[in-house]
Amino acid sequence: MLDKRLQSLGRHGVDFITGAGRAGALLIGALKPAGRGLKLLPLLIKQLYIVGVQSLIIIVVSGLFIGMVLSLQGYTILVGYGAEQSLGQMVALSLLRELGPVVSALLFAGRAGSALTAEIGLMKSNEQLSSLEMMAIDPLHQVIAPRFWAGIISLPLLSAIFSTVGILGGHLVGVDWLGVDTGAFWSVMQASVEWQEDIVNGGIKSLVFAVVVTWIALHKGYDAVPTSEGISKATTSTVVQSSLAILGLDFVLTALMFG
Amino acid sequence: MISSDNIIEISNLHFSREERAIYQDINLKVPRGKVTAIMGPSGIGKTTLLRLIGGQLKPSSGAIEFDGDDITQCNRKQLYKVRRKMGMLFQSGALFTEMSVFDNIAFPIREHTDLSESIIRKIVLMKLEAVGLRGAAKLFPSELSGGMARRAALARSIALDPELIMYDEPFAGQDPISMGVIVRLIRELNDALGLTSIVVSHDVEEVLSIADYVYIVANKTVIAHGTPEQLRHESSEQVIQFMQGKPDGPVPFHFPSDDYKKDIFNNA
Ligand SMILES: Nc1ncnc2c1ncn2[C@@H]1O[C@H](COP(=O)(O)OP(=O)(O)OP(=O)(O)O)[C@@H](O)[C@H]1O
Ligand SMILES: [Mg+2]
Repeated sequence: MLDKRLQSLGRHGVDFITGAGRAGALLIGALKPAGRGLKLLPLLIKQLYIVGVQSLIIIVVSGLFIGMVLSLQGYTILVGYGAEQSLGQMVALSLLRELGPVVSALLFAGRAGSALTAEIGLMKSNEQLSSLEMMAIDPLHQVIAPRFWAGIISLPLLSAIFSTVGILGGHLVGVDWLGVDTGAFWSVMQASVEWQEDIVNGGIKSLVFAVVVTWIALHKGYDAVPTSEGISKATTSTVVQSSLAILGLDFVLTALMFG
Repeated sequence: MISSDNIIEISNLHFSREERAIYQDINLKVPRGKVTAIMGPSGIGKTTLLRLIGGQLKPSSGAIEFDGDDITQCNRKQLYKVRRKMGMLFQSGALFTEMSVFDNIAFPIREHTDLSESIIRKIVLMKLEAVGLRGAAKLFPSELSGGMARRAALARSIALDPELIMYDEPFAGQDPISMGVIVRLIRELNDALGLTSIVVSHDVEEVLSIADYVYIVANKTVIAHGTPEQLRHESSEQVIQFMQGKPDGPVPFHFPSDDYKKDIFNNA
């Protein structure tokens, strides 16, 4: 009994380490485009469209609603202290520091990450990756690299768009509906938001999330058991693991930046 | 001098998947410029053998000599160089689903040469014409039938005029007409372009009609080899069983398992 458990513990340990090793190799392979720079450009643009542009709608709509809810909740609390003038500050800081990077990364994991995993898993199962190999073309360069860079470029931009739309949503509810003074909304916000402290830090967070989510998604697809069951498992675990990684890393980064 | 007559020489090759041995001490030679067939029951490891030759799998021991290079000793870069001399038609076709048929065939040419688009177009159309799919150039793989996809993939694997081309089950899923076309195509490509071909299949008649030399693989090794004529007159029971498609005989039809009755009545 104990024997079996020890064995399975050992197997899990070994699996984890080999998995981490393969994920590392994948990252290194994806990072050096090996003198194919120009040939990769059209592939990158295509992936930017698929990974980035096609995630725009969900990001804009979610950003709008989150900004509106923030503003509504914030107003009911602030108005109790007669501090509703600070609504702009509250909305902007919440979005820029936390909700923008985190929520857009979670949405990105669900929308783009899962699609990447499924796509690459399928390419593996119908031997497209093998046939690239046999054509003497490295699938890491042809398939993985453009998707990886597309993820890293897209997510920070999406998260900036998320925060911007969120602030506009906050303005819509706070100013246009609840009647906070528009001058106060913007000027308090402008006075309190710092470039380094808030905007740069938020950007760093979302860059880190971009690397982690895209990396997990690509690795899960590339390592998927090439059957329909294997691919569906891989897709699920992309979403679960990236979400956990985002939330865990968010705490660590917040502690480092603001702690 | 022997080695230059053979494009591939596999010697004392061992390979296992997890605990299960797929090959034990297999030896095989592929003569240059000929059509060599590898036959054997399903699941015996024919696809695996092609992947070993392509260097996608590493054997546990033994050597695979391809055109003077030992595939098993090559690093990644050497392997890629060697693979440019190989074409492989995968069992599933493996067309790139995001590209049209035309772009699929143009892809390896664009990747590995600096030819102008107008020349590439001519090459692609020629290859497509050869497999009877010139009219389907603009279609996407999802719009092709299984048999058409196989032929399109065939056109892609000869796009760069390789020295060796490996066909994994080229006849599976083809109607009698396109089957005949492919049989003739393999022969013609082989002779006209001076290729060497390896055909993996279990369609005994088709294979015997085009192959110059045949290996029958079973029981983790080569059980018989020779020209089609020699094999037809082979007296070994194993070979007769395989060639005539009988389920009972020395070649087991079943995947290794416990005793059937014991398995069925054992309700633990
Ligand atoms: N990725 C894999 N992991 C573990 N075992 C595998 C894998 N691929 C194949 N096998 C095993 O290796 C053996 C040989 O497989 P292979 O695909 O080479 O057979 P095959 O001779 O090509 O069969 P078929 O004629 O049905 O295509 C099979 O018994 C299979 O169970
Ligand atoms: Mg096979």
